[in-house]
Amino acid sequence: MRLFHDASYRFIEARRKAYIVSGTVLTAGVIFMITNVLNTGSWQNYGVDFTGGSLIQIQVYENLNAGDLRDALDGSDEITRFGEESEFVVRAPVAEDGSIGAVADEIETQLAAAFGEEAFEVVRTEQVGAKVGGELQLKALYAILFSFLLTLIYLAIRFELRFGMAAVIATLHDILITLGFLAAFRVEIALPTVAAILTILGYSLNDTIVVFDRIRENMHKKGARKRDPVDLVNQSINETLPRTILTSGTTLAVLLALLVLGGAVIRDFTVVLILGVIIGTYSSIFVASPALIEIQNRWGLGRAGEKKKRPQPATV
Amino acid sequence: MFKTPRSRLITIVLLTALFGWLLYSNGLKLGLDLQGGMHLVLEVDDPEGTMTVEAKADMIDRVDRIIRTRIDEFGVEEPLIQKVGGERLIVELAGISDEDRAKEIVQRNAFLEFKLVLPTTDMTAALSRIDRSVVAALGIDSIRALGRDVVADDQPEIVDLLFGGGDTAVSAEQVDTTEVVEEVPEEDPLDNLQPFSSLLNIGDVPGTYLIAIEDEPTVQLFLDMDEVQRALPRDQALQWGMELVGRGARTYKYLWVLEEDPFLTGDRLEEATAGRDPQFNQSQVQFELSRAGGRTFGQFTGQHIGDNLAIVLDGAVQSAPVIRDRIGARGQIDMGSGTPLEEASDLALVLRAGALPAKINIIEERTVGPSLGQDSIDAGRIAGMLGIALVVLVMMAYYRVAGILAVGALGVYIILVLGGLAGFGAVLTVPGIAGLILSIGMAVDANVLIFERIREELALGRATRTAVEEGFQHAFSAIMDANMTTLITALILFQFGTGPVRGFAVTLSIGIVASFFSALFVTRSFFLVYLQGKKASDPISV
Repeated sequence: MRLFHDASYRFIEARRKAYIVSGTVLTAGVIFMITNVLNTGSWQNYGVDFTGGSLIQIQVYENLNAGDLRDALDGSDEITRFGEESEFVVRAPVAEDGSIGAVADEIETQLAAAFGEEAFEVVRTEQVGAKVGGELQLKALYAILFSFLLTLIYLAIRFELRFGMAAVIATLHDILITLGFLAAFRVEIALPTVAAILTILGYSLNDTIVVFDRIRENMHKKGARKRDPVDLVNQSINETLPRTILTSGTTLAVLLALLVLGGAVIRDFTVVLILGVIIGTYSSIFVASPALIEIQNRWGLGRAGEKKKRPQPATV
Repeated sequence: MFKTPRSRLITIVLLTALFGWLLYSNGLKLGLDLQGGMHLVLEVDDPEGTMTVEAKADMIDRVDRIIRTRIDEFGVEEPLIQKVGGERLIVELAGISDEDRAKEIVQRNAFLEFKLVLPTTDMTAALSRIDRSVVAALGIDSIRALGRDVVADDQPEIVDLLFGGGDTAVSAEQVDTTEVVEEVPEEDPLDNLQPFSSLLNIGDVPGTYLIAIEDEPTVQLFLDMDEVQRALPRDQALQWGMELVGRGARTYKYLWVLEEDPFLTGDRLEEATAGRDPQFNQSQVQFELSRAGGRTFGQFTGQHIGDNLAIVLDGAVQSAPVIRDRIGARGQIDMGSGTPLEEASDLALVLRAGALPAKINIIEERTVGPSLGQDSIDAGRIAGMLGIALVVLVMMAYYRVAGILAVGALGVYIILVLGGLAGFGAVLTVPGIAGLILSIGMAVDANVLIFERIREELALGRATRTAVEEGFQHAFSAIMDANMTTLITALILFQFGTGPVRGFAVTLSIGIVASFFSALFVTRSFFLVYLQGKKASDPISV
């Protein structure tokens, strides 16, 4: 069985369309972030993990488990068995008016509707702080920026500087689009969401490097210097296309299984990952590779080549 | 060594066995979200209720930071630390095998002080004043109830006379005689009662008294009284030693006479490491002070050569070595030969993380279930199984025999990763699983890269063996660069990240190394076995 064997799509020629798509999505994302800041004061919908909220301890008198409670409630609150079998703790966001009493009342109403008033009792209601401090975000941000720098250096050594720059641009593109998506749909940012974003970073970089590796290889082949860079990049993308489709397809299939069967709690996490795989695959073809060409068009190949007055080396 | 397929297979089997054993013997620890753990509620000790709300909130903030650092260093991954209502702290820890040790790490104050040991002269002179203050404060009935209605001899300084000689055997015997409770004659003035000083025996070390271990609660009761504290000589304090000493048939504890104010405290401490003194075979914690702390320390010790320096930890004298020379920024805390090294490293850890600003009480302790909920975990497990089955099916359908080889290599990969995680004692959480998914993806991807390449080479008309050889060779650079950049990112996230970011980085790092090995060594070995006995022109199933 073979998929996309001997394909010869003109990917790079379509780059301007891709720029429009990426530009539109990025701009929309930024607009959503700004709207969020104006409406709620925060660019993302930070969940209980980050903002803190209310902790409600419930004693149940009937044979109910965490799943039953989750079904009765909205499904997104964290429900933990607490001590004995019959006690649970619900961690929920604070209500709009900022009172935890209102949250407890609402949970009580929902549970009463599902199991009757006699089935449970709210033992205690408390306001809790964030699970993670602000330093987590700041540290994660620094770590990502620093890893960009090192990736850039690594790729500059193993490939060329422009490959590093193009890879970082593509990865940034993916993360920004993901953040825009999260902002647009007001996906609750929980701790696993952070991990999902980091996974996207890794996936996108992996995908980009596979394509770049093929470009590098083709650049070093005989006669490559005389070839049209656009042509060469196109050929490289097409040659790696079977692999790209197979890997991304398999990953997506696995994630879809996780989405359908994985339950409500990890749904957001899976959605972000699915989105990331799609964007990551798209960006290695339509962002990273065109970025290589653009960098070459704008800045050439560096001074060394021009000074020697060699015929313009058409490496890409 | 890896020339023949046979030696390669042996290597793979051995490694798989080793990591399988690591997994089996250590077990994979699951995080709070997957398994639950220990739930503690901490509160700042405030028995009199004198602290303001703001002071409490500020205190809890500081406690929060310090406990976070301690737990991070303790190696528990992704604890949950959450403030409750501004005055309490929830600490949840997953995968704790020794609960008491964990509680000690959380609760220990780790307040380190350096104090000068004073001669007992002033203190001994003040003993009758202290006795009087005890009598005045408690009244004769309470003292009688305590069994401390001991009357003075003719000698004003009973303790000195009885134990001045320092012959331990004799003194031990004589302690017994003083313990005999005498009937207090009615006409005796209360002034002659010695509820406190009769418990004190002259110590065999300068600046100490010896207290029989069974008298410790009574002495502590007296020392806790404000009246007694006021009766102590100015700027002097009485503090317990850690060590127990046997004299004759009885066990004693030192009570040290110290300067009340420390000349240096542990906030000047920069580094602390646990070690073992080979000479005396005892555990110790070596510490290093900050530059300013070192100056103070040097100056002070320089002026007090020949005196004893007490190292006081959480109010108890840990050790009190003689100052033989001016001491700079480095020092050590001896913990005695009976102390396990583990305890020394725990102490070093809490000293590094810093002292808690107040006494912390654990007001509630429970075990909690997984925060994801068992139902979600079961669902996730089924989904995960299905996902893996899907990958296996796709690989086998698309690449046939080569796909089966790849699935075998993935099996080895999974054992290596899980064994590696168990070996490092890492705790698996949902973010960790994200890292795992990424590395599985990359392991599959590496195989796909190789197989696609082999197909390309075959399409170019190369012989079977050459095509496989070339396939691996050409795919190598892509796999290597992709894995290296991801590994770089993972290591940086591990270095700078906290909590879930770190959990992600750990599994990703281990996963990357395993995936690299699995694709380039294991798959290749399987291929070599598969190619054995095949001629160059024989077709292969890829």
